[in-house]
Amino acid sequence: MSLFDSFLTRAAFAGLGVALAAGPLGCFVVWRRMAYFGDATAHAAILGVALALALQIPVFAGALILALVMGVAVVGLAGRGHAADTLLGVLAHSALALGLVAVAFLPGVRIDLMAYLFGDILAVGRFDLAVIWGGAALVLALLAWRWQALLTATLDRDLAAAAGIDARREELVLTVALALVVAVAIKVVGVLLIAALLIIPAAAARPFATTPERMAALAAALGGVSALGGLALAFHFDTPTGPTIVTLAAALFGAANAAGRLTFGSR
Amino acid sequence: MSLVEIRDLTVQLGGRTILSGITISVEKGEIVTIVGPNGSGKSTLLKTIIGAHRPTAGRIARKKGLRLGYVPQKLHLDPTFPVTVRRLLDLPRRVPDTEARSALARAGAEALAPRQLAELSGGQMQRVLLARALLSDPELLILDEPTQGLDQPGSAAFYELIAMLRRNLGCAVLMVSHELHVVMAASDRVICLNGHVCCEGAPAHVASAPEYRALFGSGTHGALALYRHDHDHAHDHDHDHDHANHHDEPAQ
Repeated sequence: MSLFDSFLTRAAFAGLGVALAAGPLGCFVVWRRMAYFGDATAHAAILGVALALALQIPVFAGALILALVMGVAVVGLAGRGHAADTLLGVLAHSALALGLVAVAFLPGVRIDLMAYLFGDILAVGRFDLAVIWGGAALVLALLAWRWQALLTATLDRDLAAAAGIDARREELVLTVALALVVAVAIKVVGVLLIAALLIIPAAAARPFATTPERMAALAAALGGVSALGGLALAFHFDTPTGPTIVTLAAALFGAANAAGRLTFGSR
Repeated sequence: MSLVEIRDLTVQLGGRTILSGITISVEKGEIVTIVGPNGSGKSTLLKTIIGAHRPTAGRIARKKGLRLGYVPQKLHLDPTFPVTVRRLLDLPRRVPDTEARSALARAGAEALAPRQLAELSGGQMQRVLLARALLSDPELLILDEPTQGLDQPGSAAFYELIAMLRRNLGCAVLMVSHELHVVMAASDRVICLNGHVCCEGAPAHVASAPEYRALFGSGTHGALALYRHDHDHAHDHDHDHDHANHHDEPAQ
């Protein structure tokens, strides 16, 4: 009998793992206004899930590859005359629609689409847990390794260039990290709500942050609280877990902004 | 050797040729100012020198191991990005407090260290960005329209600061400016740019060049004449005074 025998314990650790990685990464998504980019990456992952099932490779791998392809495609196409949000809108929703259509074509496969759209944290197994924590650790390591360069490039591309930092390379680092988080978070909140787990804790952390480090740490903490609290609430009220986690995060965001306004005045 | 030597530089962005056939150099310790109308490629030239744009043709040779400080025209700071002045100085290289303090002091911004970047005024921001550029103990300081958005006394004080830094640190300065009259007084050399180098040389030479007059009108020559006889006076008082009138009148 080990700690991870209980499905609730596994669910709690799964949520925590995703939240810890999504918080700091989500800060970059917020700072760089990449919210739609996160959506596009996540939506592409559903196509990856379909392909993975068709080719009988692990779902995680399929989602990761498609999320990566989408990310690199968007970074590559950006700044070539397309309006960025239009381009992202086209790619994101096409990928999602194509994924859903592709799933329908799979012969003899009856998959629970809802599990991938909204996540099924209670069905997380030991292997899933290992993948989630492995992916989360990798994302955090990547961010820690490139931290100073990422911040400089986020602040100003030219400032970064003058210091010998290639802003495009740092963008690629973020793209890879984003694809990783999306791939590991599918089980927990599903493709439709991944972006929420990236953005909401980071946005909730903003009123209390004076430095980027603080905002990242606070976002991770708020994400963790949302994951654990959301799980408990979902268990208690018998509500869908992923959406409950996101709802709690949104409530924290509201409270944080109200509190921030009271503490710091309306800036 | 020169700090930066540019040969036959052509830069195209998005299929449009912004700069062509640029050949210039910056020598140790001199103040060089680039002037030119809007869209003449001034910023693009600076950004190519710092490595943000790749030359389409031609080459840029930097002195080996050149220490470069760059002050951008404006930080596109997203309001969601929390950063204090002190933390900014730690990007991308962390510096000890003593270094940070002395850089801020040199730029006249010592009191600003704990402030949030987003709360600074235009003038304070310029000084902080200047302090950051000074951290690398630069041999070449590159500034892109450093006084944009500052009022006349503010910008006069800023140029005076630049001149003082050059005297104290011996660094060369390459800057873009649109304030012709101030530029003429503060520079050793002026490069007049309009997609190509129209003319260059000492301020007096450039101001009387027909290419320059074609771009800016002959009125600016008057501004120079006004300035030439008093450009070595002290500017270090901060209060508003009637210089502004002298600056503007002859330009018409």
